[in-house]
Amino acid sequence: MAASDAIAAAAPAPAARAQATAFLATRHRLRPWEALPWLLAIAAFFIFPDRMLFGSQVLVMVLFALSLDLILGFAGIVSLGHAAFFGLGAYTAALITLRLNWQEPISGLFAAAAVAAVAGAASGWLLLRYRGLTLLVLTLATTIMLQEVGNLMRDFTGGYDGLPGLTYTPLLGLFDYDLFGHTYYLYALAVLFVLFLVVRTIVHSPFGQTLAGIRENVARMHAVGSPVHLRLVTVYTISAAIAGVAGALFTQTNTYVTLGVFDFDNSAGVMVMLILGGAGRLYGAFVGAVIYMVLQDNLSKASPQYWQFAVGLMLVLTVLFARRGLLGLLQDAGRLLTSGRKP
Amino acid sequence: MTEATSAALEIKNLNKSFGAIPVARDIALALPRGARHALIGPNGAGKTTLVNLITGVLQPSAGQILLDGDDITSLPQAARTRRGIARTFQINQLFRGLTVLENVYLAVAERMRVAHRVWRPAGAERDVIDQALAQLEALRLADDALKIVRELPYGRQRLVEIAIALAQNPRVLLLDEPAAGVPSSESHLILDVIGALDPSIAILIIEHDMDVVFRFASRITVLVAGAVLTEGSPQQIRADARVRAVYLGEEFPHG
Repeated sequence: MAASDAIAAAAPAPAARAQATAFLATRHRLRPWEALPWLLAIAAFFIFPDRMLFGSQVLVMVLFALSLDLILGFAGIVSLGHAAFFGLGAYTAALITLRLNWQEPISGLFAAAAVAAVAGAASGWLLLRYRGLTLLVLTLATTIMLQEVGNLMRDFTGGYDGLPGLTYTPLLGLFDYDLFGHTYYLYALAVLFVLFLVVRTIVHSPFGQTLAGIRENVARMHAVGSPVHLRLVTVYTISAAIAGVAGALFTQTNTYVTLGVFDFDNSAGVMVMLILGGAGRLYGAFVGAVIYMVLQDNLSKASPQYWQFAVGLMLVLTVLFARRGLLGLLQDAGRLLTSGRKP
Repeated sequence: MTEATSAALEIKNLNKSFGAIPVARDIALALPRGARHALIGPNGAGKTTLVNLITGVLQPSAGQILLDGDDITSLPQAARTRRGIARTFQINQLFRGLTVLENVYLAVAERMRVAHRVWRPAGAERDVIDQALAQLEALRLADDALKIVRELPYGRQRLVEIAIALAQNPRVLLLDEPAAGVPSSESHLILDVIGALDPSIAILIIEHDMDVVFRFASRITVLVAGAVLTEGSPQQIRADARVRAVYLGEEFPHG
């Protein structure tokens, strides 16, 4: 009889329930292997002491890619204009130093985050009603317009010549800028670590779970009563702030900035990095940015054409054979090995 | 209008047109608390459109929608959901890349107003997890809790579709062809679940299978070309010559 069956089924199966609870209750815990990228970053500091300026650039791009992962990988927002927030952060850090004579670097990061966040909230509120190709073009167009505004206000922004020769006060009043970039490498690493923990917390939260819901099925999220637009604007704002910090770090480590930070190349490059490493998996930003930057550094010295060809080839191979990026490939390989070992 | 006399869901003179094409024409419908109401009609009659109008996916051109006597016509979809309207979809609308548990978790978290929380892990919301698991257990989906939805057989996916809607604790539930696409060998699982639903929920079910309609519903509305052709008890509908004429050439049980 159906009624007695229903009662039997409604009685909890303790093992299944405990297992299911454990899955959600433990997945946010830090795993031992998660120390690896940070240990490697510290090791790089000692192994390549003369490459720390380049190292800082890599860390900046990791942070930028991480900010894109938050919207693209986790919330499914496609944007080809993320350089807008990177650029706004970069110029905020430069302009408060040059025009307001504010030379303390850490508060410069906060100012950059604030400006980028305001821009993210405003543009997100307008643009996130659209999705897919429409959104792609709108974000792209917004960034180009922003770059052109910067060019028109040449007296203020320095136009395409940029703003060179920025100086900053010592970090925390103690550690001064050095020509080899040692101080700023560790500074960038510390900032990256803090913001990584923030992003990691967000994606494992109930809010992060709703982002996955929006990515997987917007119609259903509306149907379960989720304020989808608000959620999207919120995550877009957070992502913009982090991209702004990445831009500010870029300015501070280079001590100059040009309107090139708004280039399409910058928006597209960070997306390539993320897809290469694996979107929606936090560490994809690390893997993708490091490989992209190191290859670019080596190949573009040989010939710019080699570099362009290599980027194209990597993307084609990734899209054909590793849709979920190098980390996805690694995960599949690991699964294959462990399942092969079992009898 | 008082709470006691008002229907759980009431629709008055609802109209909607896409450009010059009317898709809902003066539709009136009332579901008292605990109603078991079927909505039938040929393909293209506007049944799913009516569900979209009730849930707020579409805005009506004219007319009123009342929930427990309150006018919700101008409310957005999320607000209507929070007031107790839930639906299932004719074609699965699931979070296909997530686990079954996460699918239901999302519905519970939104209902309990904890889904906006950022600073603690999703796994720390034990109430949400417990309620989601209880919902899965009630539909015998607990063993599939950690499976990715896209890897489930279609019949199980249809149950997840219902589990999400029930996790919203609805007062009014709109079921849009819940057994559509499920092989007949498995459809009884879904019909058993529907038959055993909480009797206090007002249910509107869209269904093509007349055996199911006559077994489940105590009232039936026939929708043709966006307008109500007739409404009545199963006996009245079965005997109605106009309904038979509409269904001519299609399956319609005689007698």
